[in-house]
Amino acid sequence: MGYPHKPHPKETAVLSRYFGDPDARTYKGWVKRGGYEAWKQAQTMAPAAITEAVKESGLRGRGGAGFPTGLKWSFMPKEKKKPHYLCVNADESEPGTFKDREIMRWTPHALLEGTAIAMRAIQAEVGYIYIRGEFTEPYAIMEQALAEASAAAVFGDLKIHLHRGAGAYICGEETALMNSIEGKRGNPRIKPPFPAAVGVFGLPTTINNVETLAAVPPILTNGPAWYKKLSLSNPKSTGTKLFSVCGQVQKPGNYEVTMGFPLKDLLYELCGGMQPGRTLKACIPGGSSVPILNRDETESCLLDYEGAVEQGTMLGSGGVIVFDDSADLVYQIMRLARFYAHESCAQCTQCREGTAWTTKILERILAGQGKTSDLDLLLDLAENMTGKTICVLSDSCAAPVVSGIKKFRSEFEDYIAGRRRPVMVA
Amino acid sequence: MSVSARPAHETGMEEYQPVFTGKVLAELQAILARYPTKQGALLPALWLVQQQRGWISDRDMTEVAALLGLTPAYVKGVVTFYTMYHQHPVGTHFVQVCTTSPCNICGAEDVVKALLEATGAKELGATSPDGKWTVIEVECLGACGFATPVLINDDFIESVRPEKVAELVRKYQ
Ligand SMILES: Cc1cc2nc3c(=O)[nH]c(=O)nc-3n(C[C@H](O)[C@H](O)[C@H](O)COP(=O)(O)O)c2cc1C
Ligand code: SF4
Ligand code: FES
Repeated sequence: MGYPHKPHPKETAVLSRYFGDPDARTYKGWVKRGGYEAWKQAQTMAPAAITEAVKESGLRGRGGAGFPTGLKWSFMPKEKKKPHYLCVNADESEPGTFKDREIMRWTPHALLEGTAIAMRAIQAEVGYIYIRGEFTEPYAIMEQALAEASAAAVFGDLKIHLHRGAGAYICGEETALMNSIEGKRGNPRIKPPFPAAVGVFGLPTTINNVETLAAVPPILTNGPAWYKKLSLSNPKSTGTKLFSVCGQVQKPGNYEVTMGFPLKDLLYELCGGMQPGRTLKACIPGGSSVPILNRDETESCLLDYEGAVEQGTMLGSGGVIVFDDSADLVYQIMRLARFYAHESCAQCTQCREGTAWTTKILERILAGQGKTSDLDLLLDLAENMTGKTICVLSDSCAAPVVSGIKKFRSEFEDYIAGRRRPVMVA
Repeated sequence: MSVSARPAHETGMEEYQPVFTGKVLAELQAILARYPTKQGALLPALWLVQQQRGWISDRDMTEVAALLGLTPAYVKGVVTFYTMYHQHPVGTHFVQVCTTSPCNICGAEDVVKALLEATGAKELGATSPDGKWTVIEVECLGACGFATPVLINDDFIESVRPEKVAELVRKYQ
């Protein structure tokens, strides 16, 4: 990825090609590197033709759900009766994920260019880039880039604005993000209606993730066929993807590989493996909201949407969290549950109560006061938290708990049976 | 206006000095042009207040409400939803440390301990006796590969280790 360490020969640097190169941040530097050529090309294309090219490339949303991008764009009304909006999701708050931050820090113009192209495709006149409040540096860099591009009148009549969040994971959920832009509490909305019909300010809206949009310019310049060929395993997963690797590996960081790349190689080769003397215990491959893999599953997992599902998990945002044999998974799962309890917007009873009780029960187990029945209670709770709420935050809390108990049950039982010293006070 | 202007409305006795005058008001007007509704400017307006005052008081909320055609109760409802808006004064150096799982597994709790000690803040959320430091734990800061990230006001600092904390704190003293 070029920053903070040299790219590995097995990486395919498309999005990360200029990471670590401050000159690429400037408007002039970006143009020198072929930047804004794709935008020029897009301006000669009919909106539907841009959407068609993106459809053809096979690009899928990098924000977590993996929804086909071109198809999403095609849901926008063709005949324009009202203003259209684009929202750019730069809220990046899913534990384990830190790729959009690097795109904004190193190649802000790649995001702006992708944003402009998407706006043309969906016929939007206004675009909001929603950047989480804690991202002070990326915000400043984006602000500077936007000012430089605007001074050069790159975007014509299009209006692109930055909108700063104020600390709330849930605002990454698409309809919560729209409420937040409207000056409301970040509560997710009941769907339908979907954003393409009723989005931000009640008008037709498309929302895309930063990485998704940054992938659009190279798709136009190199052609959809080029992008489609970037696929090592399943043809339904195309292109390159940034994987943010964190936790107990030697070289955490962002790595860009072609879809279908083996997770094993990512961890043992690109990331330099575990710390000396340590072995891999578990891995969460798609941000904290997806099921945990054990060692065997991790070593068999191919990094594309289908490969992750085959191992019983999801590719999600591509945030890879690694645990070695020294990790206390009960404690770490409690810490994730606490995250969701803290971040629940509290609209739905199952989520508000479920995330809080899951955390409490796990804390009780860690304090040495767990009961044998607690594990069934946790699984029961998890079932009630899955598929029953306005958004999937609730399901996201259940995923690591259920997979954790299923795959690492003895660790929980050790605390309950008193074989392991309590690490928390009740 | 500097952070030291705070006591004026802390006591509730002095006449309220509006935030939105002169340059700040002009800034708000530029922001209003970006949204089709006045309400859309609420989050940016609250950021402006916090930048000017260091925190957002009830009287500030009333001022914002009047400017944007909202009720003070509504504005309060929004302020309380977002964790980054301060409803009370905080230390001159406001420190946010990530302790979510990926950072936790890399030793974030020790970073918190070292910060509480080096700043004299003693307790999470409490301000040090000299009024300079407030340390809080926060959830994932979106920089998990650079454990442990720490925000000191607007400075985002990566890869903080417990043994480096004392030196870091000295830089801000
Ligand atoms: C609780 C929750 C949090 C989310 N957080 C983010 C986020 O931080 N960034 C993001 O891009 N998508 C996030 N998403 C997914 C978005 O709702 C949405 O699917 C995505 O932005 C669509 O863009 P894409 O199609 O380009 O992936 C989140 C979803 C949920 C349910
Ligand atoms: S599932 Fe949780 S976060 Fe999502 S809307 Fe319901 S209460 Fe809010
Ligand atoms: S978990 Fe600490 S920055 Fe993400």
